Amino acid sequence: MTPLAITFMILSMVIVWGGLVVSIFRLRRDGGYEDEAPHDL
Amino acid sequence: MSETPPALTERERPREQWSGQLGFILAAVGSAVGLGNIWRFPGTAYDNGGGAFLIPYLVALLTAGIPILWLDYSVGHRFRGAAPAAFRRLTKRAESLGWFQVALSCAIAMYYTVIIAWAASYMVFAVNQQWGDDTAGFFIGDYLKVADPGIGFDVVPGVLIPLVIIWVAAIAILALGLKRGIERANLVFIPLLVVIFIAIVIRAVTLEGAADGLNALFTPQWDALTDPAVWIAAYAQIFFSLSIAFGIMITYSSYLKRRSNLTSTGLVVGLGNSSFEVLAGIGVFSAVGFMAMQQGIDVSETSYQGVALAFIAFPQILSLMPGGSVFGVLFFGALILAGMTSLLSILQVASAAFQEKLAWSPRKAAIIVGGGIAVLSIGLFSTTTALNVLDVADKFVNEIGVVSSAVISTLLVGLVLRRLRELQGHLNDRPGVHVGAWWRFDVGIVVPLVLAYILVSVGIGLVRDGYGGYPEGFLYSVGWGVIGLCVLITVVLTLMPWRHNPDEFTPQVLPELRQPVSKGADR
Repeated sequence: MTPLAITFMILSMVIVWGGLVVSIFRLRRDGGYEDEAPHDL
Repeated sequence: MSETPPALTERERPREQWSGQLGFILAAVGSAVGLGNIWRFPGTAYDNGGGAFLIPYLVALLTAGIPILWLDYSVGHRFRGAAPAAFRRLTKRAESLGWFQVALSCAIAMYYTVIIAWAASYMVFAVNQQWGDDTAGFFIGDYLKVADPGIGFDVVPGVLIPLVIIWVAAIAILALGLKRGIERANLVFIPLLVVIFIAIVIRAVTLEGAADGLNALFTPQWDALTDPAVWIAAYAQIFFSLSIAFGIMITYSSYLKRRSNLTSTGLVVGLGNSSFEVLAGIGVFSAVGFMAMQQGIDVSETSYQGVALAFIAFPQILSLMPGGSVFGVLFFGALILAGMTSLLSILQVASAAFQEKLAWSPRKAAIIVGGGIAVLSIGLFSTTTALNVLDVADKFVNEIGVVSSAVISTLLVGLVLRRLRELQGHLNDRPGVHVGAWWRFDVGIVVPLVLAYILVSVGIGLVRDGYGGYPEGFLYSVGWGVIGLCVLITVVLTLMPWRHNPDEFTPQVLPELRQPVSKGADR
């Protein structure tokens, strides 16, 4: 592979997969209230 | 003898809920990750600037994909219903928009299932590579027995049998309900899909010639960034791959618990979908590079997109590679898993809408609605004319139907009803990433403008140039016909009376509208 193609492949992986990892950590940190209130229709 | 308790009526039956965030995330990712991620993204990226496509792709994800996901989540979660009930609670006149989304989902389910059925057949064919040397001839001639464009009823038994099996499996899962059916299926299917696909990608990148394929995919063509068509392709890719604007995310988010984190969840789902697309791009173009090297041709001369990629190019690759039978079973198995999780979400849009309007149980809705769509699907798509009908119906339903639905819903919520501030408040009244005022501008102005441009340019192109070389009469009867049918179904279903009044519903009062309360009374 050419250095330019390698750079862009790594960039894609870091931005997209890295973004996913960060958003998962963010979700785990923020969490959510797990109420059990019955819902209407 | 114990007495059987009386069946609960719809009013007494509590609304179904996901068991937690994970169940919802897996189902939403399962819906978004479908056949398009595997066979559409790699070719679109290659055709639109290679590595440089990353820039418009990420811009589209951040300015259209995730913002529309949040819009769908906020509508479904705030108004706690499938698309018709949710839109009606926004304003009564908008119920028909929900039914239009239901009609589009039914149309998509009809042809989407047959692709899963083809994948099931090819999983069996892969064992002894039954397609032989001429994979195109095998797919079009021996397997599908494709006839000239038209609508015929000559059944192909080799397609009919797997199609019936897939429909029975999908309806059975749907009939089990949200938690026991859809959530459990995704809990198994999604991790399995990821593991299988990672194994395929690892094998693909170690093939001779893989580097040529990856060079082709990732080498940036900078001049592409000045081409508006490339930016439109990026927005279209994000839009079509995220399962947005045709009721799925509205329906799925309506089953989330009241205080669920919506915004961070949206980021996980959006980026999870894109992560799978990048993985698929690496796997597909490694394999395509291997095939090009084996055949002594350039990567640009190969088939790398759509049905041709999965059922013509991939069988060629599998025949050439060591261990092709095993990886063939895994590849087509991955297509089945990706397709099934998306199909379940599409069917749930219709099932949930009928459950709410006619007070049906999940089982009754699955059997009647799923069964009805299945009969039409089997009648139309187990025949020799299926491939051409599918190609045209898919083009019109997605690029005219779904894009229209997105333009109308963003304009309605943003500019006509001016309810984006309320929905923004709903998103921000829960834990998660804070949504700023930019979101209102983006969803109310930018997104409808971009999507309207896509809609108009596609519409003009279809009227002026036709599509795929099909006869005009065929395009009008199938393509525009399916859109007309969706509109007709919308009118009929909107006029159908509700069994229970859906307007007896009060959305949660948001903090800025609440009266002061004693400490601890509000969470």
